[in-house]
Amino acid sequence: MSNYDIIVIGAGPGGYVAAIRAAQLGFKTAVVDREHLGGICLNWGCIPTKALLRSAEIFHYFEHAKDFGLSAKDVSFDMEAVVKRSRGVSGRLNGGVGMLLKKNKVDVIWGEGSIEAPGKVTVKKATKSVEGPPKEAPKGALGPGSYSAKHIIVATGARPRVLPGIEPDKDLIWTYFEAMVPKSMPKSVLVMGSGAIGIEFASFYRTMGAEVTVVELLPQILPVEDAEIAAHARKRFEKQGIKILTGAKVSKVDKGKGSVTATIEDDKGKQTITAEKLISAVGVVGNIENLGLEKLGVKTDRGCVVTDGLGRTNVPGIYAIGDVAGPPMLAHKAEHEGVLCVETIKGLHTHAMDKAMIPGCTYCHPQIASVGLTEAKAKEAGYELKVGRFPFQGNGKAIALGEPEGMVKTIFDKKTGKLLGAHMVGAEVTELIQGYVVAMNLETTEEELMHTVFPHPTLSEMMHESVLDAYGRVIHS
Amino acid sequence: MPINVLMPALSPTMEKGNLAKWLKNEGDKVSPGDVLAEIETDKATMEVEAIDEGVLAKIIVPDGTADVPVNELIALIAEEGEDPAKVEAPAGGGGASKPEEAKSESKPESKKDAPAAPPANSEAAPVPSKAPPVPTTGSGERIFASPLARRIAKDAGLDLKAVKGSGPHGRIIERDVRAAIGKGVGKTEAASPAAKPEAPKAAAPAGAMAQGMSADQVKAMYPADSYEEVSLDGMRKTIAKRLLESKQTIPHFYLTLDVELDALMALRKQLNDAATKDKDGKPAYKLSVNDFVIKALALSLQKVPDANAVWAEDRILRFKHSDVGVAVAIDGGLFTPVIREAETKSLSAISAQMKDLAGRARNKRLKPEEYQGGTTAVSNLGMFGIREFSAVINPPHATILAVGAGEKRVVVKDDAPAVVQAMSVTLSCDHRVVDGALGAELLQSFKGLIENPMGMLV
Repeated sequence: MSNYDIIVIGAGPGGYVAAIRAAQLGFKTAVVDREHLGGICLNWGCIPTKALLRSAEIFHYFEHAKDFGLSAKDVSFDMEAVVKRSRGVSGRLNGGVGMLLKKNKVDVIWGEGSIEAPGKVTVKKATKSVEGPPKEAPKGALGPGSYSAKHIIVATGARPRVLPGIEPDKDLIWTYFEAMVPKSMPKSVLVMGSGAIGIEFASFYRTMGAEVTVVELLPQILPVEDAEIAAHARKRFEKQGIKILTGAKVSKVDKGKGSVTATIEDDKGKQTITAEKLISAVGVVGNIENLGLEKLGVKTDRGCVVTDGLGRTNVPGIYAIGDVAGPPMLAHKAEHEGVLCVETIKGLHTHAMDKAMIPGCTYCHPQIASVGLTEAKAKEAGYELKVGRFPFQGNGKAIALGEPEGMVKTIFDKKTGKLLGAHMVGAEVTELIQGYVVAMNLETTEEELMHTVFPHPTLSEMMHESVLDAYGRVIHS
Repeated sequence: MPINVLMPALSPTMEKGNLAKWLKNEGDKVSPGDVLAEIETDKATMEVEAIDEGVLAKIIVPDGTADVPVNELIALIAEEGEDPAKVEAPAGGGGASKPEEAKSESKPESKKDAPAAPPANSEAAPVPSKAPPVPTTGSGERIFASPLARRIAKDAGLDLKAVKGSGPHGRIIERDVRAAIGKGVGKTEAASPAAKPEAPKAAAPAGAMAQGMSADQVKAMYPADSYEEVSLDGMRKTIAKRLLESKQTIPHFYLTLDVELDALMALRKQLNDAATKDKDGKPAYKLSVNDFVIKALALSLQKVPDANAVWAEDRILRFKHSDVGVAVAIDGGLFTPVIREAETKSLSAISAQMKDLAGRARNKRLKPEEYQGGTTAVSNLGMFGIREFSAVINPPHATILAVGAGEKRVVVKDDAPAVVQAMSVTLSCDHRVVDGALGAELLQSFKGLIENPMGMLV
């Protein structure tokens, strides 16, 4: 039996980052995983979808080459090659995580971990993986057995939520796992759920030529985003030919031969839509099972482990971070939470992160990025607001890029000048949002943002103009 | 276990100081008594001495760091057998992270470096701590706070000085300000106009003071290449702060009188000639006119005890002994060391003490208790040929005597012109303590003693 200071269960972005930070702080650390270093993010989520969307984006440019004075004939794609590239990207980064762990002298234990008692982790051989058969251990990994650690961090992530009657079957009803590796291009796709995952797949398949319908239960697509931004995005999606049904529920799915027929209900009544594939993207739930948490009395709530914001559960020595510790279920939240958790164990001065300052990015076309409160949420919280908006068409760089559509919206507390929220839709906004995130974390007010010089010509100038607009000082609009 | 070196308190009231200079480098061996660094407060420069033997492993607060709080960790000394390279600052990074721990470990050091609490015989003790509130404007010391925290504090009338920061490196952030507002601490006077009238506030709240022009406003009035900018050291800041405070909060008036010096000069010559000489021919003492002035003022304060007092917010403090400050010009500013109980001291003793204090003032080696306290001061510009001038009262004093040059003057004596040695003196008075007649009485007494100096010998 090997003794560790810290064992992390799950080598996703939260887990492996926590493990590296722990090793940096001098802890003897191991990380347990049953199928892939880097977790869903790196293998089946954030990263491979970005690779797919990049292919779609370039394909889109080829199709619109004429707009830029270029010509491209016989533009087509090879789906197998597109998927192969995406898998290659994941594979490369997956190897990178292994190297990082090794470099930091973090042991990798291969198998399924569970907590016998505080301080004791049992690792068994995994019986399956998301791809089917169990995956082979990476070189140098330790095998099943009993391990002990003063501190155990649960970082087991989340998995797709399954709606009863619409269970994924890997054939007609897909989750993101199957949607990421299509063997051929489906002619039509029905996407259930319009959060980040659903919308990214809708955007990808539409750009690649499929008929796409998106069904959202709530009255707004991208339900966590600002209503104005979501409305703008919806208009763009519909212009691209995506059919969107909001306030609508998939009440029944009939599987046929090579297609599914979904019965969709909204306040106007019932309709049926038949598509080759149905992608279920109705959210994710935490992986809290088979870890021994119930036996230890670790408190959970709605499928997630309850923590104090610094990773501590109600049971001393047991911690949880990332998706399994609750929303927002985002890789960057998991990473940060992992670091905070380990630093708290070390006794460093830590503060629970302010979830209002965690940015969110959706990589559809047009991109969407946001941080902080939406206008509606800010009003609900009782703030008097100063709201600024700036359209892409007022920005020189956007016009030069051929991306004249989009918007940057900023929301300030009228009383204090606090930046409450920033919301963007349009080209490259996922790369822009961090400017506002830094501003928020430094607690700048409109004044400092107005005094900041933004480089010209860049899309970032719109971030400046939006702030100016909130205070009636906009120049180019 | 490395030994923590903490920011010493150079006086009982000191809260922070500047780390002027490290005299040892990381890796240097240190022995007890070695001077490690120089600490500068607004007036004095003091030395931090090593108390233990070891190797200076890590300098945590570098040269030239301003406003280092007392008891902040400034360096680590590796003990014998410890690898200096492995010595690390306590986890938690910046700030006075572990004050309790640090304090207990370095007790001997702080005990040694900190001057003992003022001795019981020092009347000065209550004065500095009860000094009138310092106007916060232009104090020049930076408080790290986020823009949002600053704005919320301003809107709420909260003084950020009263707020403890919880952000990185002790930065004050929104939640600190919100918490402080919730607890109702640090309200500035400006924001509480309904403050109870009986509350013993200063004569004038700081907020009511006119503010000078900003640096940018001043600079805008001169061509950019016509000047060089000189940054302010602690002493210059203190002079600016204290004397502005003086002129803004003390109702000054001025009394000028001519005093004849013939008798004094004669006595002085006689006394100086009579001084015993050592084997090198150096006299045991050499009295200056200023020594007589100090003694005369000290004795006058005994004769007019109502003037031997200072204003203290809602009361007057009247003193038993005459502690007389003497302005000493030094490179870049001035000090006002105090001759304690000057009325009891002989002229030669005053003379000797002045030489010592002035010498150490020039080297900035005065201890705070040597320039704090007193009820009055002497400022003598006679050596520069200045005939007469009005001095600014050095708070919390009630008076200051500005002494001009001794010179031959033609005066009317017995209805005939006569040549006499004379000088003009001007007494600046704080009208809250010293009224016109009282000030005149003090000067009269002073004149009497200077003109009949034998009275100072008995």
